Amino acid sequence: MDSFLNNKRPPVFCPGCTHERITKAVDAALVKLEIPADKTVIVSDIGCSGLFDTFFNVHALHGLHGRALTYAAGIKLANPELNVIVTMGDGGLGIGGAHVLAACRKNLDLTLIILNNFNFGMTGGQYSVTTPSAAVVGSEFLNQAEIPIDICNVAKSAGATWIRRCSGHDSSLPDILCEAVKHKGFSIVETLGLCTGRYTKRNQLTPKVIDEMIEHLPAYLGLVEQNQRSEYGEQYRKLAGEKKKFSELMQVEKMFDLKDIKRQEIVILGSAGMRIVTAGDMVCYAAISAGLNASMKNDYNITVLRGQSVSELIISPEKIGYAGIESPTVVIALSDEGVQRRSKMFGKLTSSTLLLKEKSVAIPETHADVVEVDLKEHQIKRQDWALASLGFIAGRGQGITMEMLDFALKSRFKPALYEQAVEILNKLSSI
Amino acid sequence: MALSFMEGNEAVARGAMAAGCSFFAGYPITPASTIFSNMLTMLPPNGGICIQGEDEIASMGYCIGASMVGRKVLTATSGPGISLYSEQISFAIGSEIPIVIVDVQRLGPSTGSATRGADGDIQFLRWSNTGGLPVVVLAPKDALDCYTLTVHAFNFAEMLRCPVFIASNKEIGMTRESVDLGSVELPPIIERRYFKPSCDNVQNQADNLDNPTAGQSSSYLPFKADQNSAPDFLPIGDKTLVRQTSSTHGSDGYITIDPNIIQASQDRLINKILSAEEQLTLYEENHRKGADTLVISYGVTSRAVEDACSMLEKKGCPVSTLTLKTLFPVPKKLIVDRAASYRRIVVIEMNMGQYVENIERLMFKNNMQEKKIDFYGQMNGVLITPAKIMEVIQNG
Repeated sequence: MDSFLNNKRPPVFCPGCTHERITKAVDAALVKLEIPADKTVIVSDIGCSGLFDTFFNVHALHGLHGRALTYAAGIKLANPELNVIVTMGDGGLGIGGAHVLAACRKNLDLTLIILNNFNFGMTGGQYSVTTPSAAVVGSEFLNQAEIPIDICNVAKSAGATWIRRCSGHDSSLPDILCEAVKHKGFSIVETLGLCTGRYTKRNQLTPKVIDEMIEHLPAYLGLVEQNQRSEYGEQYRKLAGEKKKFSELMQVEKMFDLKDIKRQEIVILGSAGMRIVTAGDMVCYAAISAGLNASMKNDYNITVLRGQSVSELIISPEKIGYAGIESPTVVIALSDEGVQRRSKMFGKLTSSTLLLKEKSVAIPETHADVVEVDLKEHQIKRQDWALASLGFIAGRGQGITMEMLDFALKSRFKPALYEQAVEILNKLSSI
Repeated sequence: MALSFMEGNEAVARGAMAAGCSFFAGYPITPASTIFSNMLTMLPPNGGICIQGEDEIASMGYCIGASMVGRKVLTATSGPGISLYSEQISFAIGSEIPIVIVDVQRLGPSTGSATRGADGDIQFLRWSNTGGLPVVVLAPKDALDCYTLTVHAFNFAEMLRCPVFIASNKEIGMTRESVDLGSVELPPIIERRYFKPSCDNVQNQADNLDNPTAGQSSSYLPFKADQNSAPDFLPIGDKTLVRQTSSTHGSDGYITIDPNIIQASQDRLINKILSAEEQLTLYEENHRKGADTLVISYGVTSRAVEDACSMLEKKGCPVSTLTLKTLFPVPKKLIVDRAASYRRIVVIEMNMGQYVENIERLMFKNNMQEKKIDFYGQMNGVLITPAKIMEVIQNG
């Protein structure tokens, strides 16, 4: 093929704009690369660089400002065969900075062509992240109060494996672009160019000045030795390929037949680190082994190992609707912070609620049937208190039996832990 | 019967796998993170892709890219994340990119409370796109719904080529409960409709073999579609070249300024959703004989509503219920039809009144102004209790 340019849609840039040269360079590179049109995708950003998708007879996606690299990554991950090229201006570089950094860190096999013309051309010449502080642009004095970024330096420190800085007027641009596309990994070509519609009207910038700028800036000639590593897609597929075990659905057949089952509402009041949720999980697994419905609603802070941990459990022969608990049949009070979290509940409890309280825990006044136990004296570690209290619930015949709990422990714990857990359970089963 | 014990978020992931999802991108956020972690254990062994975006905007971008390559894609977030999704949501709506988006709602506004539930985002989901085009929003009430509605969501997204939202809630997503997944009959899986070249087009392409791009734009127009339907799909990377754009476009996927083409396109984007209303309407109802009151609710709240109405029935006070599983497009026909035989409608929501106005508007438009409409809403981080709902019903 001698050209990939869409002759029905010729470039529409302002006279003298470097973008037009870059358009031709991209075409020349595509011709040299000999990649079929249907294997190349151009993803364009917003602004003048966002027009690129329309100029070529290849697959094209044009999306939101700064996000071009995100679409490109989705395309490349979903179909690694495709040659994905992104065109983005210095505007997209700023607003999509997080995506540029992520692309450098990931090293997915994409080619990013940055069309840096030092300002927002399409919206009126406002300053961008690459506008020099001394430039005169459409943002009054704002650019004078900031400094521009050197995207090549940023990309290098973010782990980019291939970076090239050149003039948009460089006659070898097609070869540079070919090299960038051929690089297996993320490659960045920063082209410096003229925005004749806006920027060069008030700033002395010519191809010669650009060449001088490049000479004075740190040189980036392609491969960044120190960052070389495997391509993200290959690395991802290798690691993901090692994950062979699908987490199958655990299904429990009914194996225990309980007579005269009544709905139980159990509240366990404890603290983070006391394995409250694990204990709740066991009660529910025990319940479903008898064909009962179960629900578990947990209340804990987003902090780990600090603060309250409250588990509300319902086990019922009927379908469970509202999953909150108003009048529990069983309350297990294992820590002060757990109790404080539900302090209002205690005054409303009647003698029909069985309340197990650890000796050290203070509870508000209540009419519940309180049983106090000194778990320290039983030589049970604090982290096992919740588990131990399940033995108490089963021993009192509150909806679950020791056999059901035994099944739950066996199916949820590894053998060594199971043995320990059974021992802990038995300590309180006869209180 | 065999029971499993899982939270709503795991059920969403299992539903997605059942629907054929093969791509997930997301950013960690409570209470939606466990959808991500479940997909991360389920997709790789099945050959799917699961990645963490550098932020929510990127996660949506990855999904959009992958969807345009033909994958069935899922993402999940909560309030602060769905806010960031919105620019990409507009892209997916306007450019007809299928994607299933789960919003496990937490108490807002803003960062709000990460571990407290609410249904505060439903109007945000409806209106989060610039242009105000209609969307599909489904609301599960429990883990089982999370499973089945996710399959429906993928079907609707593929069928209509649009984003479909699942308005879950922390109280469903992170509440574990017993479910019998084997007991449900999932809907048949709907796949995206691919473009099939007609004989003329094949000939046209054959004539242009030496110039493979020349005849293609005339044979496949990426946004050509009947008045009320989505365009046929071809993936980026297909033999035929595909264009996708977030700009206002004609059927060829190039920018247009032709007012007639633009208006026809807007009308089609509206009609393809609204004309599918009946197909999209999912609900449960419990009509109780002798009832003069109908309680309309959705999401986790509907469980307390059903409890309240069962208790009232035992007290000799029958009250009917309608649980909406499809919130948008508003199931107008269903609501008007069911409301007709009641004197009074009670709407209960876990927000300060986001859906009740849709129902009031429907009654007004259908000459049913005589219906007494009562509302109770609560948004304080805790579930509305059956006792409170009974009080609202009895005090009307």
